[in-house]
Amino acid sequence: MHFAFTDEQAMIAETAKAFFAEQATTERTRAAMAASGIDEALWQAFTAELGLAGVAIPEDQGGVGLGMIELAILAEEAGRHVAALPLLASVGLAIPAILAGGSAEQKARLLPRLAAGELVASFAEATPDAAASDGALMGAALYVPHGARADLFVVAVSDGMFLVERDAPGISIAALTSMDQTRPYARLDFDAVAAEGLTDPAAALAAAHATGALAIAADALGGAQACLDRTVDYAQERIQFGRAIGSFQAVKHRLADMMVVVEQARSAVYWAACAIDEGSDEAAFAVHAAKAFACDTYMHCAGEMIQLHGGIGFTWEHDAHLYFKRARSNANLLGTPDWHRERIATLTGLDDAA
Amino acid sequence: MKLGFSPEEEAFRAEAAAWLSAELNGAFADVRGLASLTEKPERRRDWERRLGEAGWSCVGWPRAYGGRDATLAQQVIFAEEYARAGGPPRLNHIGIELAGPTILAFGTDEQKARFLPPIARGEEIWCQGYSEPDAGSDLANVRTRAWREGNEWVVEGQKVWTSLAQFSDWIFVIARSEEGSKGPKGLAFLLVPVDQPGVTVRPIHQITGEAEFNETFFDGARTDAANMLGEPGDGWKVAMGLLGFERGVSTLAQQMGFRNELDAVIAAARANGAAKSPLIRQRIAKAEIGLRLMRYGALRMLTDAEGGKLSPSALTYKIQWATWRRDLGELAMDVLGQAGETVSGHDYAFPMLPNLFLYSRADTIYGGTNEIQRNIIAERALGLPREPRGDLK
Repeated sequence: MHFAFTDEQAMIAETAKAFFAEQATTERTRAAMAASGIDEALWQAFTAELGLAGVAIPEDQGGVGLGMIELAILAEEAGRHVAALPLLASVGLAIPAILAGGSAEQKARLLPRLAAGELVASFAEATPDAAASDGALMGAALYVPHGARADLFVVAVSDGMFLVERDAPGISIAALTSMDQTRPYARLDFDAVAAEGLTDPAAALAAAHATGALAIAADALGGAQACLDRTVDYAQERIQFGRAIGSFQAVKHRLADMMVVVEQARSAVYWAACAIDEGSDEAAFAVHAAKAFACDTYMHCAGEMIQLHGGIGFTWEHDAHLYFKRARSNANLLGTPDWHRERIATLTGLDDAA
Repeated sequence: MKLGFSPEEEAFRAEAAAWLSAELNGAFADVRGLASLTEKPERRRDWERRLGEAGWSCVGWPRAYGGRDATLAQQVIFAEEYARAGGPPRLNHIGIELAGPTILAFGTDEQKARFLPPIARGEEIWCQGYSEPDAGSDLANVRTRAWREGNEWVVEGQKVWTSLAQFSDWIFVIARSEEGSKGPKGLAFLLVPVDQPGVTVRPIHQITGEAEFNETFFDGARTDAANMLGEPGDGWKVAMGLLGFERGVSTLAQQMGFRNELDAVIAAARANGAAKSPLIRQRIAKAEIGLRLMRYGALRMLTDAEGGKLSPSALTYKIQWATWRRDLGELAMDVLGQAGETVSGHDYAFPMLPNLFLYSRADTIYGGTNEIQRNIIAERALGLPREPRGDLK
């Protein structure tokens, strides 16, 4: 038992922190928001130069060969800056699905290119009526993160998991104006689109859900920590009534309450990451807990950030809304906090006979 | 980062579990599963002695003082197994968790040799003399005085909320040793025997009907001059060191008690159908998550402490658990409904869950109120400006 980063993990965290602080600036993020929602230069640096999209892909398949803890570290640091990257779509969802459920050939063909950032993939949960017969996919997927930019989709249909290319005949992709412009959605419609099945769809879906939920939780942790840090800085600088507003208990107690939940979110995220990596029988519980708690924490902290900044926090110019909108998006993606808690209620045995 | 335990650690777990199970199903079956701190005090003393005899009382302490030199992981494991086996709350928890570690940190070799082994053997029970009628959250405002007479210190004044003083042999007291001093300056940290004519313990009846707390009066109480930790004037430093003590391991044992309380809420909800309500299910799930996050927060705290670092989660832990438990008490009553408001017989003594609802109102007050905790977090962890002091007497 050693519930702290190893030296290597601490080094990865330091490197990632410095990388995003230097490159994921508000100017660059805002430029990406006005375009595809991806800072392409940042994505190139993250993937081609650092090779980090393959953080959890084994080395013999073109990756770095690390695990969920390191993936969570990267997602946390990216989340701290609301980085405009397809980190969730490609690294959190599509790659784990292919890794867990793809054939040897599919993995050899796709994983090295995904790790290198040559391909951006996303994950599309199709509507309940969607179906694939004889490799032809019909139906729609309504909210596909970074879907208008992705080159490849892993599509979850009720009876399987399929790979679909963005330029396949019969697909139409409609970019949706999205509240969170750093992770915009697209709607996909499939009209007899050529779809290539993953060999183990159940494993693929489970991996995408677990890794995706963890990546969102870690992003939420980084975002919530940033909301706290930036609001603490502001409360020390902003003078009213001849005092720093951070000297008023009405303000400092709210900041303390933010720290109380942020620290719990940190325990939750790294507990879940460890539980998956160690194959613990608590892993499913831990992922539900991390997703629910970290997303609630982020929404709370981002809301407090706006309130404690006063009027400036409500302006487009200030970054508070980037956090507030990402927090909302994180909470809805892959199941709301209430939904995850209901899963926990069931896992706890509330439905067993008394 | 790793959560699992090694095969050697699992072997230690098996050894601890076997011993605990044999005792708590054998000679000490009558104290297994007790929840109240005040029930069966004589048998609880026997249990402290039995733990001491077998070397299971203060497993993390050095062997020289009656401990077992247990590693951090072993301490975690023992705390878990103790609670799993239904071990009762430790009658001497203040001696084990507060007095002992403070003496280890601030005591001389003579003081360690005098005071630590009797704690580890379960022979001397301790309580804490901090709060006073005019020194609650503002702890530095203590008025109890101490002065030197020959080879003794004499203590005069009043302490309040002295939990378990009625069972204790020793009390540690912060008292003003420098006449005319104010605030944190001029205080002394004294170890005082309870059983003497100058000390009077009077129980305080709480909203639960029990009397775990007391008022303790010092009227010319005496203690040997050797029984001061640090020098006269060091009292505040020693006391704050104590409040800052790593409570991670005892915390894990405390959490196992919380686990039992949450299990009782779940059992009640399943029995009366409340478990079907989506709102109750959400609250139970929140409680389940909160309990796990206490565990993992404590493991972070412990790991950081072993590396010589104060974990951020150490500062947030008190408000976290106290608020969690208060919420659980409210959830328990919402699950039980009116059945929770009545009890059979004439004694005003409620069973576990209604008692939890009442008792947990103390959790967010003692050991630093939630409001004081928020000040501590804001000032020490976040670096925000300190509270200004007023000048009213």
